[in-house]
Amino acid sequence: MAIWFTRLALDRWRLAEGLREGEGADAAPLALIAETAHGPRIAAVNRAGLAAGVRSGAMLADSRALCPSLAVVPADESGDCVFLEGLALWAQRWGPWSTMDLPNGLFVDVTGAAHLFGGEAELIADAGAALARRRLAARIAVAPTAGAAWALSHYGPDASILSSRDDPLRSLADLPVAALRIDDATILLLRRLGLKRLGELGGVGRDALARRFRKLGMPQANPLVRLDQLLGRVSEPLLPVFAAQAPLAQRILAEPVRHRELLDRVVADLAADMARLLEAGGQGARRLELGMWKVDGEVAMRHVEPAAPTRDAAHVFRLFAEKLGDIDAGFGIEAMRLRASWTEPLALTQGDIETAAEDRGTSLAACIDRLAVRLGAEAVRCPDPCASYIPERAQRWQPPLAPQPASQEELAFHARPLKLLDRPEQIAVIYESPDGLPRRFRWRGAVHDVARSEGPERIAPEWWRERSTVRLRDYYRVEDQEGRRYWIYRAGLVGDGRGGEPAWFLQGLNG
Amino acid sequence: MSDSLPVQALSAMHAAEWRPGLDDPVPHGEVFASSREASGAAVALAFALDRMRLAQDGVDQRPWLWVQDAGARRLTGRPYRPGLPRAFRHRLIHVSAKTPEDALFALEEGLRCRDLAFVIGEIAGNPRALGLTASRRLGLAVERHGVPLWLIRLDAKHDLGSARLRWDVEAEPSPRPRWNAEAPGIASWRAELFRARRHPPGKWILRDDGSSLTAAVRGAPDHGDMVHPAGAGPLAAG
Repeated sequence: MAIWFTRLALDRWRLAEGLREGEGADAAPLALIAETAHGPRIAAVNRAGLAAGVRSGAMLADSRALCPSLAVVPADESGDCVFLEGLALWAQRWGPWSTMDLPNGLFVDVTGAAHLFGGEAELIADAGAALARRRLAARIAVAPTAGAAWALSHYGPDASILSSRDDPLRSLADLPVAALRIDDATILLLRRLGLKRLGELGGVGRDALARRFRKLGMPQANPLVRLDQLLGRVSEPLLPVFAAQAPLAQRILAEPVRHRELLDRVVADLAADMARLLEAGGQGARRLELGMWKVDGEVAMRHVEPAAPTRDAAHVFRLFAEKLGDIDAGFGIEAMRLRASWTEPLALTQGDIETAAEDRGTSLAACIDRLAVRLGAEAVRCPDPCASYIPERAQRWQPPLAPQPASQEELAFHARPLKLLDRPEQIAVIYESPDGLPRRFRWRGAVHDVARSEGPERIAPEWWRERSTVRLRDYYRVEDQEGRRYWIYRAGLVGDGRGGEPAWFLQGLNG
Repeated sequence: MSDSLPVQALSAMHAAEWRPGLDDPVPHGEVFASSREASGAAVALAFALDRMRLAQDGVDQRPWLWVQDAGARRLTGRPYRPGLPRAFRHRLIHVSAKTPEDALFALEEGLRCRDLAFVIGEIAGNPRALGLTASRRLGLAVERHGVPLWLIRLDAKHDLGSARLRWDVEAEPSPRPRWNAEAPGIASWRAELFRARRHPPGKWILRDDGSSLTAAVRGAPDHGDMVHPAGAGPLAAG
């Protein structure tokens, strides 16, 4: 079912002013104007204005010349959009699912719902009566596809119904091409081609039309796509509107709070309220925002994002308590509000987790939250394997509790060190021959005699990622006289044309 | 005090000499090591691995925590997943704390978490925050929540501490591998247990041969220190 509010902006203005049609200010010519780059332009005009010759879309200055007594009110497009969103939710009384058709229409999915009202004609009559009670002028049509319903509501007879047994192309053949929901440039183009009615589109070869519009990918610019959507040959996804309410807990304080202990108590109360709200909905919070309104007119906001959905009041309180240290209360905080702007379903469980934490320890998610709040989310990380054979790139630090990406198993014959330095440290090496085994090296001011070594394991640079001057690495596992094991490499070869003498680096420590 | 010790008690102490697998139910160890080698972390992981192998109730698949302060990260680097023991690789949660205070906080939070298999901490030097009180707090958390802890002390003096087992560890030349005698072999460590509540001190060469942790006696235990731990409580100096 498509509903077209023919005068949405004006009806909204009238409702806001509390006027009936033709009453009070509405009896005189009046226009809603929108500011444009070329000056004010008429967005909508009432019946008296129309009679005086004012047309919507005209410049205000031109219209004033036609009708000097024209009264103007600024149009409120965003307000109209919000109003329409509310209407979309309200229209779900006729079907389970509705969406906005900006700027002034609605689609309601009434598939399988019409019999509840006694048939499609009665459904339209009911909707028309309900909209008339709200003093909204609307045209309503029911059709098997959204495109057909839109075409009928805008250009068909009032309250028209297209049943799924009718041939839509024949029933809609007399409608103008504008009924295809295409933009003005395309309408103009079609008119220049001599195509004015929907039926005439079928008379032209489809191949010819497809070739003419082949470069226009957007559906609103391509009449063939729109025609297919109207006939139901191509599916048209629409985003439904859903009512979602963020759980909200609020405390207005009789006396402004200036001290931390009282603040903590209010936060604990809010957390308990929030826990009750969330529990009633079977939900857990993933993001919580705490707003503190101060007496001097400032607002302080703090937010936390737990790693897993939670509604444990003590846990939420602890998370916020870490963040309240730097609040400047000024002359006092007079109102506090806790809002869960992101929630996820969380099944009901046994309560009183904090006592359980004392006895049986905290859960992993709670532990990670506490660590991340105090040390920062960057500090708590898991190493994940990464498809690269450059050693420092073969692991990536990811947030914990995230799903581990699929990866190839590491090759078991590659011996790798237990620890890797953040940055390889340059060492001075004495070797037998420039490309031979190292004999002795100096690292951090001490000399290590290499007793045993194994290598080289040659790792070439990843040429698809790095510049051409990056040198290959020859890795050696070495053990010194005292048994200390290191992982060192020589960057480059003598005479590889990518720099001078190869440098040696110590990258890893073996256990 | 040592003169008044009954002979039976002494012999009981000898009977309870440390060997792999003879840990406390919930170990709380402290491993002193040099920052020029990764032996401390390797020994701690070897202890954890050995404990997991000996566990009766199946293989523990819970994650484990590795906490490092900035000094430890700078000196010996971060853990490297492909080099970790295969059983532990995918379960590591790494915490990079800035200060020793943050690292101690992270360690205590980790010990309070029932979903962790064990906790490894790595702290460089002798920071003021890691005094006897902090050490005792960690010990109490270990006992209360049953999560094992091995704390690695890099380049640290043997200060006061309440760990049940306090080790001094350094690298030992590895045995020659069978197929390539010139290559480094399986890792070996010279470990000295210098303070333990239930065991007499001793020196061993520890080695993880892939199926278990083995300890070979290296020289007789130093009997000069032997009598001392009889009266040593958890708070005694190491």
